[in-house]
Amino acid sequence: MLIGILALQGAFLEHAKMLDRLGVPHYEIRNLGTLRPMDGLILPGGESTTMGKLLRDEGLFEPLRDLIKNGLPVFATCAGLILLAKKIDNDARSYFATMNVDVVRNAYGRQLGSFRTEAPMDGIGTIPMVFIRAPYVARTNGTSRVLATVDGHIVAVREGNQLGTAFHPELSENLSVHRYFIEIIKHNLQ
Amino acid sequence: MQNDRYELNKQLAQMLKGGVIMDVTTAEQAKIAEAAGACAVMALERIPADIRAAGGVSRMSDPKLIKEIQAAVSIPVMAKVRIGHFVEAQILEALEIDYIDESEVLSPADDKYHIDKTKFNVPFVCGCRDLGEALRRIQEGASMLRTKGEPGTGDIVQAVRHIRMIESEIRRLSSMREDELYQAAKEWMVPYELVKKVHDAGRLPVVNFAAGGVATPADAALMMQLGAEGVFVGSGIFKSGDPAKRAAAIVKAVTNYHDPKILAAISEDLGDAMVGINEGEIDILMAERGK
Repeated sequence: MLIGILALQGAFLEHAKMLDRLGVPHYEIRNLGTLRPMDGLILPGGESTTMGKLLRDEGLFEPLRDLIKNGLPVFATCAGLILLAKKIDNDARSYFATMNVDVVRNAYGRQLGSFRTEAPMDGIGTIPMVFIRAPYVARTNGTSRVLATVDGHIVAVREGNQLGTAFHPELSENLSVHRYFIEIIKHNLQ
Repeated sequence: MQNDRYELNKQLAQMLKGGVIMDVTTAEQAKIAEAAGACAVMALERIPADIRAAGGVSRMSDPKLIKEIQAAVSIPVMAKVRIGHFVEAQILEALEIDYIDESEVLSPADDKYHIDKTKFNVPFVCGCRDLGEALRRIQEGASMLRTKGEPGTGDIVQAVRHIRMIESEIRRLSSMREDELYQAAKEWMVPYELVKKVHDAGRLPVVNFAAGGVATPADAALMMQLGAEGVFVGSGIFKSGDPAKRAAAIVKAVTNYHDPKILAAISEDLGDAMVGINEGEIDILMAERGK
């Protein structure tokens, strides 16, 4: 099993450390030249506008979108979730638009609105959740389904092999969301 | 300040890693910076090169300007306060700024004390030239660091000196015997616990960016290869011939800092770089402010 981590900008090393702890091989995707076959893709937190621009400039946008459309398992956190969303309520831009969800960018406001909490996630149990200038999902459409909510807002979603969280599992010590993603990959490989 | 809040503030800096934070003086420049791929903008009235040229006392920006820039972009907005000026910091916190830079670029308000940053909920980034300064700022509550470099010069030499100093001091600290750490804490004028933490981890406990004198994609990549986790660009962009193009090139250089072929391609035909001043030609060394 090999997981590619989008390493254009943001907290990609934090995901790499989680995968190291799980003993799962991974590599960094920085430009088209570094793209290799993989069994799963992680879209990390960071700034979605920065990543969105670099995805296009580096020629990575279409190859990655096609891989996701064709069922490559993908795990997206925070800005990554914005990249997957079909629609952004408070922004005209959209990126991969492969997941049938509408998100709100910076939904909790500026940095003073960032927070940490604990809440249950479907199929996992109660876990720590760190929200940094985070989005949330306003609504799920099509076959996307809700995995977790906090204060009535949707913060974790799944559609087929796509998994998205508004929070940052990679900023906690808890490996369970990464394990959950590894299970999606294993199931997909069978 | 709650412990959670400090962690969250350090974590915002983690999200900025691998990115470029650009100085902007108008909402329009902020939009150019965001479109070029900046991961945050620093809102200020004058960029360092112009502060240097104008002389006199430089202060926190007009809140009106900061609000205009906040309204113009969706990326984090930072702003500067004078060293030690905790009321300017209170004002920026009231504006819900995403990060405060307690900055030697502005005229210091206090020649002895820095702001007690633990009293604030918004995060602070501070400049440093060596490990002692870095750890003293962390002890005061900074949740992100940057090299001081020499702002507004377009001369990278000081930023290189500072990142090399910090990195080499961390390596030296990591190799010390545990009983040597007490003396190290004394020399750096910081608590033993903080020294021990860096000794054990082999790195600073907060994100460290490069700043001060970055003018080209090569400068940015140099700082990344020397150990910076991201780059601030001040005068280098909007004092150059083609700001949008240069800004985008520096963003790409920070992502692809170890790929010389890509660096060669993006360095091509960028127009004039900012003219720059050598460190020997300037009267005020801003990096000397706030130790």
